[in-house]
Amino acid sequence: MDSVFAAIVQAPEDPILGVTVAYNKDQSPVKLNLGVGAYRTEEGKPLVLNVVRKAEQLLVNDQSRVKEYLPILGLAEFNKLSAKLILGDDSPAIQENRVATAQCLSGTGSLRVGAEFLAKHYHERTIYIPQPSWGNHLKVFTMAGLSVKTYGYYDPTTLGLNFQGLLEDLGAAPAGAVVLLHACAHNPTGVDPTVEQWEQIRQLIRSKGLLPFFDSAYQGFASDGGECFIAQSYAKNMGLYGERVGALSIVCKAADVAGRVESQLKLVIRPMYSNPPIHGASIASTILKNSDMYNEWKIELKAMADRIISMRKQLFDALTAKGTPGDWSHIVKQIGMFTFTGLNSDQVAFMTKEYHIYMTSDGRISMAGLSSSTVPHLADAIHAAVTRAS
Amino acid sequence: MDPTPVVGARYMSSWWRSVQPAPKDPILGVTEAFLADPDPDKINVGVGAYRDDNGKPVVLECVREAERRIAGNSNMEYLPMGGSVNMVEETLKLAYGENSELIKDRRIAAVQALSGTGACRLLADFQKRFCPESQIYIPVPTWSNHHNIWRDAQVPQKTYHYYHPESKGLDFAAMIDDIKNAPNGSFFLLHACAHNPTGVDPTLEQWKEISHHIKVKGHFPFFDMAYQGFASGDPERDAKSIRIFLEDGHHIGIAQSYAKNMGLYGQRVGCLSVLCEDEKQAVAVKSQLQQLARPMYSNPPVHGALIVSTILGDPDLKKLWLKEVKVMADRIIGMRTALRGNLEKLGSPLSWQHITNQIGMFCYSGMTPEQVDRLTNEFHIYMTRNGRISMAGVTTGNVEYLANAIHQVTKSA
Repeated sequence: MDSVFAAIVQAPEDPILGVTVAYNKDQSPVKLNLGVGAYRTEEGKPLVLNVVRKAEQLLVNDQSRVKEYLPILGLAEFNKLSAKLILGDDSPAIQENRVATAQCLSGTGSLRVGAEFLAKHYHERTIYIPQPSWGNHLKVFTMAGLSVKTYGYYDPTTLGLNFQGLLEDLGAAPAGAVVLLHACAHNPTGVDPTVEQWEQIRQLIRSKGLLPFFDSAYQGFASDGGECFIAQSYAKNMGLYGERVGALSIVCKAADVAGRVESQLKLVIRPMYSNPPIHGASIASTILKNSDMYNEWKIELKAMADRIISMRKQLFDALTAKGTPGDWSHIVKQIGMFTFTGLNSDQVAFMTKEYHIYMTSDGRISMAGLSSSTVPHLADAIHAAVTRAS
Repeated sequence: MDPTPVVGARYMSSWWRSVQPAPKDPILGVTEAFLADPDPDKINVGVGAYRDDNGKPVVLECVREAERRIAGNSNMEYLPMGGSVNMVEETLKLAYGENSELIKDRRIAAVQALSGTGACRLLADFQKRFCPESQIYIPVPTWSNHHNIWRDAQVPQKTYHYYHPESKGLDFAAMIDDIKNAPNGSFFLLHACAHNPTGVDPTLEQWKEISHHIKVKGHFPFFDMAYQGFASGDPERDAKSIRIFLEDGHHIGIAQSYAKNMGLYGQRVGCLSVLCEDEKQAVAVKSQLQQLARPMYSNPPVHGALIVSTILGDPDLKKLWLKEVKVMADRIIGMRTALRGNLEKLGSPLSWQHITNQIGMFCYSGMTPEQVDRLTNEFHIYMTRNGRISMAGVTTGNVEYLANAIHQVTKSA
């Protein structure tokens, strides 16, 4: 019998996750995985936070815990704590019950559920995403039924923000259009607006009546009385990657609106996966609600951030010492887990082939994948890529 | 550019002012209502989650042990988009057979999915993308969320006859007719065992005929197997319908779930598999399934998958699991006998044979929505309005009360 799927061709590897696949195949002892944004220690190992291990033990030792279905919108306690974390303890929106929150499958799941809700209930079907953005954003919004346009963001000549282009493009967007904003640590560039620039962006968005959708969140927006969508992830900041822990919050103008929005979110989620996974959200909740554990978490988080900042400095110093042509100051100016090196896809391919460096072809490297011992090898590779004859 | 003051923004009304309150989910809404009821005699026979004879949720011993081994040892890294390879391999064995040649020949495209719902949704999205002209045929009745899933995937849906209200059994002739009349190459959703909500399963002979007619029409058979182990207590026996189709040479799809049979409800762990012509096709299909998962949740949750592979990968734990599944199935079979017996003892004028004929977690009682409402309002018994009783919620402690209540609302029917 012929298969109904006989004509199906193999899909290309995911550009980001495919990097790890290729890395795993490589036998070289000096190979370096700077692809996916998962934190690594100085020893190049994944890290489970101490406070997460503590939470894990508490959960496994609690015999009264059951594994029943969560409600469609997830663990209520987790949702409340997540909204507080992103909007602030004293957020008027929370106090006035104007926030509808759903536990979702990490950042991806939060974006997808939010996008499906928009496609169903919002009058504007276009979302503007920055150029460039995380590769999966386009797929998520398209699959949800939205049409995707871009706005200027990254300036390849300065390796910084194209602020004028951003203001022009958003200024030209139709009233009500949705705008995706990376609140901080832009992925893949690491280029963030300054506080002053954020305020200008906020005013533009509010004056044009655009709807902001945050991948993570910026405090100013959420407290100015306007509405917004926020996708939150605990993958990196709590190291809960594979547990798929996240939340979608929709800040509304009024409590009764938030209630109805919540009810409609359930209709999006139910035919997708019914209700979200319990384990990761339970860990996150355990940590967030206990002030000692919460403080411990903040300390461990800072340690991760500090190590990454140190890697930036080490790489910058190494390239400076080698006299590698070009201005590499963006390595220390950019922020977050990623550096947009400015290397082109040919140079990247060269570095993979000759130096076993694995990274996405857009020149993005995950600083979390570096250590003091591997920085020299990366510096060598970059130097060679930049100085070789084309 | 005139900056709009913050004050101006507050005068604009909400984007969502025209959003209507959504109706409550017919199944999950029942538990919400149950929880809100303060009556001490209340019974929840709504959602299909297993309860022990004290009416308490159960965490299987094998699961507790697996969790003890996992805690402190998992690094919580991202799984691949297709999920845990280990877990998927063990899961395929359950469905296709421990020594299946199909598994050895690598002909099965399989990915970890978000329990049964997630597996069905991936298949529906996959059907939409690669067989856009096809329709899905869904039995009447079925789990209500099936309709939502294929609707949201934008796949046109039709129904086929299944339940026969007069006999409270299978409407076999009409079902076969519907299979024959559907356009060639349609997709048919089949419940592998323990049909939800009716508990009515075809006999093996009937399955063989169903397989034959589906083959003649070149339909795609998609099995939703959410209750393997729960129907008879023996997972091998419960997979017989699937094995019949495999012997017949069908290229089937299967949605599997560990929600009930391993009690992993909230972990959201399951598997979607699609049998292909050869390994090359399986690789291609798997890669396309991953393309659908990526913009939905990127990669599936690791914890539940670890529990499953820990249990199924350890012969002693697997043996313990099989024992515990049988205990659950046997308790339910015992409650069916008890409920029927009580109703007959009360002198009910109706026939309650179907309670013990039907199989799995649910009993399709035959009660009307009005009778169900009376059960809820007068007796604080919570169930879905289609008359479906989750036998898992019945205990030796409440079966008499339940029987009496049912008798009260049906005796003058």
